[in-house]
Amino acid sequence: MGTEALSLEGVSIRLGKTLVLDRISLEVPAGSFTCLLGPSGCGKTTLLRSIAGFAPLAAGDIKVGGNSIATLAPEARQTAMVFQSYALWPHMSVAGNLTYPLKLRGLPKAEREKRANAILSLLGLEGYGPRAVTSLSGGQRQRVALGRALIIDPPLLLLDEPLSNLDASIRRSLRGELRRLQQKVGITTIMVTHDQDEALAMADRIVLMRDGQIVQVAGPEDLYSAPADLGAAQFLGVDNVLAVAPDDPAAQGATLVGFRTEDARVFTDDMEHPDAPALARKGKVTTCAYAGGGYQVGIDVAGESLSACSARPVSPGDDALLSVPASMLMSFDANTRLLQGIRH
Amino acid sequence: MSNLSATLRSAGSAMGLAIAMGLVAFVVFGPLANLVIWAFAEQWFYPNQWPTRWGFEFWGRVFRPRAGAWESLWNSVSIAVATVGLSMALSVPAGYALARLALPARSLIMLIFLLPQAFPSLPIFVNIAAIFYNFGLNGTLFGVVLVHSLPGLVYAVWIATAAFSAVDRSMEEAARNLGAGPLRTFRDITLPQAFPGLMAASIFVFLDSIDEFTGTYFVGAPDIATLPILMFNASMGGNYQIAAITALILLIPSVGFMLVIERFLKADVLSRIGR
Repeated sequence: MGTEALSLEGVSIRLGKTLVLDRISLEVPAGSFTCLLGPSGCGKTTLLRSIAGFAPLAAGDIKVGGNSIATLAPEARQTAMVFQSYALWPHMSVAGNLTYPLKLRGLPKAEREKRANAILSLLGLEGYGPRAVTSLSGGQRQRVALGRALIIDPPLLLLDEPLSNLDASIRRSLRGELRRLQQKVGITTIMVTHDQDEALAMADRIVLMRDGQIVQVAGPEDLYSAPADLGAAQFLGVDNVLAVAPDDPAAQGATLVGFRTEDARVFTDDMEHPDAPALARKGKVTTCAYAGGGYQVGIDVAGESLSACSARPVSPGDDALLSVPASMLMSFDANTRLLQGIRH
Repeated sequence: MSNLSATLRSAGSAMGLAIAMGLVAFVVFGPLANLVIWAFAEQWFYPNQWPTRWGFEFWGRVFRPRAGAWESLWNSVSIAVATVGLSMALSVPAGYALARLALPARSLIMLIFLLPQAFPSLPIFVNIAAIFYNFGLNGTLFGVVLVHSLPGLVYAVWIATAAFSAVDRSMEEAARNLGAGPLRTFRDITLPQAFPGLMAASIFVFLDSIDEFTGTYFVGAPDIATLPILMFNASMGGNYQIAAITALILLIPSVGFMLVIERFLKADVLSRIGR
């Protein structure tokens, strides 16, 4: 069948009286890996389900390879989805799960088995065919679910938080595995996630969503260094926000500046201060916790609590200077729109 | 010393346990034992503590072709099977629909479904008999099956709803997503998942029907004699032997199905009943 591009045109979805998705328009190039990222309740899963045909549209159109699929039943759409719970059928074996979609398409038994074996070896699960799905580990189930979706050679692969039910260590290794597999198969993939690290590590393009609307569409680096507004920045780990003071190295017209804790340093009197242009604030240390490789320091600056890093431990109550290199500052205007992002 | 008292205490508690178990066994098995004694007693008159003659004479009498035991057994079993068929035919779609319904509406419908059980059954059956009389259903097998389906449906719908709610919706969506239509999904995914629960529902309906007396009496008698009716007639006539033997015959399907229940009824299905 080959992979296809996806385009969403003014997609709106209503659930009772609330507008869950508000005129979403998005072009997803063929063969790309796109992440729908956002806090829970932002409509990202609903958007994915609407592409698969499980959420009826109030308005708009969905096209795969130029053909509208908005009015088709889910079974006619050929969009393969991997569910968050994997949704494997426990009354069928691993091979039974994999071959069921092929059985629906009327393929002869020998061909079904051949394809199932090919998928199993692609996923590194050779010989698992006769096993019961209930005997598999979480990571193995996730791979079988992925295989069951890929076996129909779909134009589009939809992943609904596929890694969220796994242990942190497996999740990290499967991230890379999933990404490699996607590139190998070359299939257009849309993944829903609420985990910014996952999105940044895996996606070609990230669609940041909030309250049923798209906030920003950007590549991982651009999104990280230049989020569209303060809300987006905060979701992407910009955890310190300050009002701009006259001497700050902020952009022209900025009223707020934000920075990530890992970009800020704390200096006490006996330490050497940096010379490079930087945002500097004097304050009192409130907390100091070891964070592996360094210390995370909480500091009170004129009633605002900020956080920064320190190579050496500092004591709560000490006077300290918080300093952020000018290049690591993000400047926002009075409407919290981004004026200037991080400059590398 | 303390050793001795501990031994005594444990001996005492063991004795207490034995007495408690003996009491439970008496309450549970006492009537059954009495039944078994009656089934094999040929002669047992007051004030004798035990039957004065034992034997199989009454068994021969019960199973004589004209005694009606075979016919009632056949009636009972075929009515029960038909009741299961009718109840399940209605409760599978109803249970599925209820399981997929939003919660407040579902609870209300389930409650309404229980309502007939809240009324005393006798007036209901008397009225049903009066209504059936108009349709010529009294004294027919079909009429009895309908009456048995009334309580049967309550069990069946409740358990079927629980069984279908236990099926993860995303499993159905996965099948739809990969190319199965709604009916195919129901047959290949939903039904096999719900099967143990549906089996349990069938068993409950079967047991309830095999045992049913009041409705059968008002709608079926005297044309349709089931085993409970036969037993009632025998008891009323003072034929305790025949009543006991009929009761033992009734035990066979009941115990058999209890064994099947044990195999099919999973705790997770039961726990969802009425949710």
